[in-house]
Amino acid sequence: MLEIKDLHVKLADEDKQILKGVNLSVGDGQVHAIMGPNGSGKSTMSYVLSGKSGYVVTGGSALMDGSDLLGMEPEDRAAAGLFLAFQYPVEIPGVGNMTFLRTAVNSQRKKRGEPELSAAEFLKEIREKAKSLKIDADMLKRPVNVGFSGGEKKRNEILQMAMLAPKMCVLDETDSGLDVDAMKLVAEGVNSLRDGKRSFLVITHYQRLLDHIKPDVVHIMANGRIVKSGGPDLALEVEQNGYADILKEVA
Amino acid sequence: MALAKTKQDATQERLATLTLPDGAAWATAARADAVARLRQAGLPGRRDEYWKYTDPASLVQADVVPAAPYQTDEAPVFGQIDRLRIVFRDGVFDAEESDDLALEGIEIERLSDATQMDIHWAKNLYGVLEKRGQDPVARPLATLNTGFATDGVVIRVTGRPSKPVSLVYLHRKETSDAILHHIIHVEEGAALTLLENGPAAARFSKVLEVEVADRGAFHHIRAQGRDHERRAVTHIFARLGDESLFKSFTLTANGVMTRNEVVLELAGQNGVAHVAGAALGDGAFHHDDTVFITHDAVGGESRQVFKKVLRNGATGVFQGKILVKPGAQKTDGYQISQSLMLDDDSQFLAKPELEIYADDVACSHGSTSGEIDDDAMFYLRSRGVPQGAAQDLLTRAFLAEVIEEIDDPEIAEDIQSRLESWLQRRG
Repeated sequence: MLEIKDLHVKLADEDKQILKGVNLSVGDGQVHAIMGPNGSGKSTMSYVLSGKSGYVVTGGSALMDGSDLLGMEPEDRAAAGLFLAFQYPVEIPGVGNMTFLRTAVNSQRKKRGEPELSAAEFLKEIREKAKSLKIDADMLKRPVNVGFSGGEKKRNEILQMAMLAPKMCVLDETDSGLDVDAMKLVAEGVNSLRDGKRSFLVITHYQRLLDHIKPDVVHIMANGRIVKSGGPDLALEVEQNGYADILKEVA
Repeated sequence: MALAKTKQDATQERLATLTLPDGAAWATAARADAVARLRQAGLPGRRDEYWKYTDPASLVQADVVPAAPYQTDEAPVFGQIDRLRIVFRDGVFDAEESDDLALEGIEIERLSDATQMDIHWAKNLYGVLEKRGQDPVARPLATLNTGFATDGVVIRVTGRPSKPVSLVYLHRKETSDAILHHIIHVEEGAALTLLENGPAAARFSKVLEVEVADRGAFHHIRAQGRDHERRAVTHIFARLGDESLFKSFTLTANGVMTRNEVVLELAGQNGVAHVAGAALGDGAFHHDDTVFITHDAVGGESRQVFKKVLRNGATGVFQGKILVKPGAQKTDGYQISQSLMLDDDSQFLAKPELEIYADDVACSHGSTSGEIDDDAMFYLRSRGVPQGAAQDLLTRAFLAEVIEEIDDPEIAEDIQSRLESWLQRRG
């Protein structure tokens, strides 16, 4: 599904290398988790994959189902099936949540040569999905993320993910700022999207989320590289001992 | 102070091209008074403080810069609204194109008819509100209009007419130079919605004098013409009585030069005045909103909301003032002027002013100038919304607050659809 090879990235504005040769391969239907200390480059990787400006790729590649992600516009990556759940979802005053989502869904369908959803079809689908995420009608009408609590914003991200039905989902610290109940709700939302084909890359600081979203592979990222990969046990090890031992071990 | 020679000459040159229309004694006196005032004040020049951001030359000069009428297949603005149409073609009333002027609750006459009558109520308003509006800042182009306006309507609103009155300004000749002057008197407890649309002429001067008596209501929605080269200077002078309501909204898309002035006096207690404008400019576009609101009574509320979307070197200007006179306690004044720049070439010049002589008032103002928010843009694109569509969504969001100033949902929707069509013209 996702094939990242020797990815090097620096900041556009300053001479600072953030990613220094990331290698990562996520197979169809797999869930991979990335953990790592602050500043290790986890969020940068999610931004670079989705096409945020401000970064320069200085080497390496990232392919999704064989297509070169890094050469595409952000909207084309989305239409090709990539989705990033933001760590800090953006508030957009004046744009209704529903309008925004319908525009997004239909833009993607149009680009893929699929028929656009009618207002009625769209409404039916979003109501069903919102209900399971405990998102009420009022939240759908309000401007995108404006006045939403931290938990509401993250649930709104998962709702978008469910509506857009991407192939490859990147979740950037979706658990941050969530209480236990909200985290369960979000995890259930994610798990309901697992269908054996769709893949996930879950970036997190805490093992707790991985109790709910069971990863196939856990990677530790430090200083712009994946320094260790393993099974779910690796997350437990981090939870108990921190990163110090692992970093010492690979140094 | 004696007028500078250059200003005298410019004024003389312009006056030489104009002829005073005939009329009854009162009208002739009002016009003569205007000409005398104009000779004293002189037409505006580049050095005038009030014209610091807008060069008045093309509005002042004797010759009209030609402007081609705009060709479009688009349905005309307000086309679907049930209304009484009064049509002007290059600044001349067109009886054939206009509806029958009879409507219950309202009396409509042509200005040129009213000014022929020896006794007419319009005498108490024609040039009167305009003259009051000259202090503390001179508005000579409005004075010129009072002196030489050739046509217009005189409307007395006695009740609540069943539909809006719609002034339609057609532009056909490349060098037309139209001067229209309308008088509206909304009597006690009466209400009128006035619609205006169209470019009117290559160069258009218009004055609207509106008196809203106690508990009266006046709603005004206009869409200025899309002709790229057209020029316009418009003035609204309004005086509001007790508990009256005045709401004016203007959409301006295109036009090489527009100066819209609103001079409004809250003379009665608890009056409400909202003035709003959305301007969309692309390339050679200079749009100036100049607003002066005077609170001269207790409990008045005023609101100015002006938004501009500018690209390809367009210029937006806002000069807005709230003056709260002594004794106008409990005044609630609000003013916001914002521009959204779609590129680096455009500019926005704003001069918000508050002058307050009462101690128990709430007045606020704000002015911002910004670009499309990068984070919002990336968020939308990351969801698959193409860049152009994302920009449109964010532009519409920017304009939402000003469209909300239109009370009638049907009219608001019509105006909204004009924004859409302007946005969609991008390549």
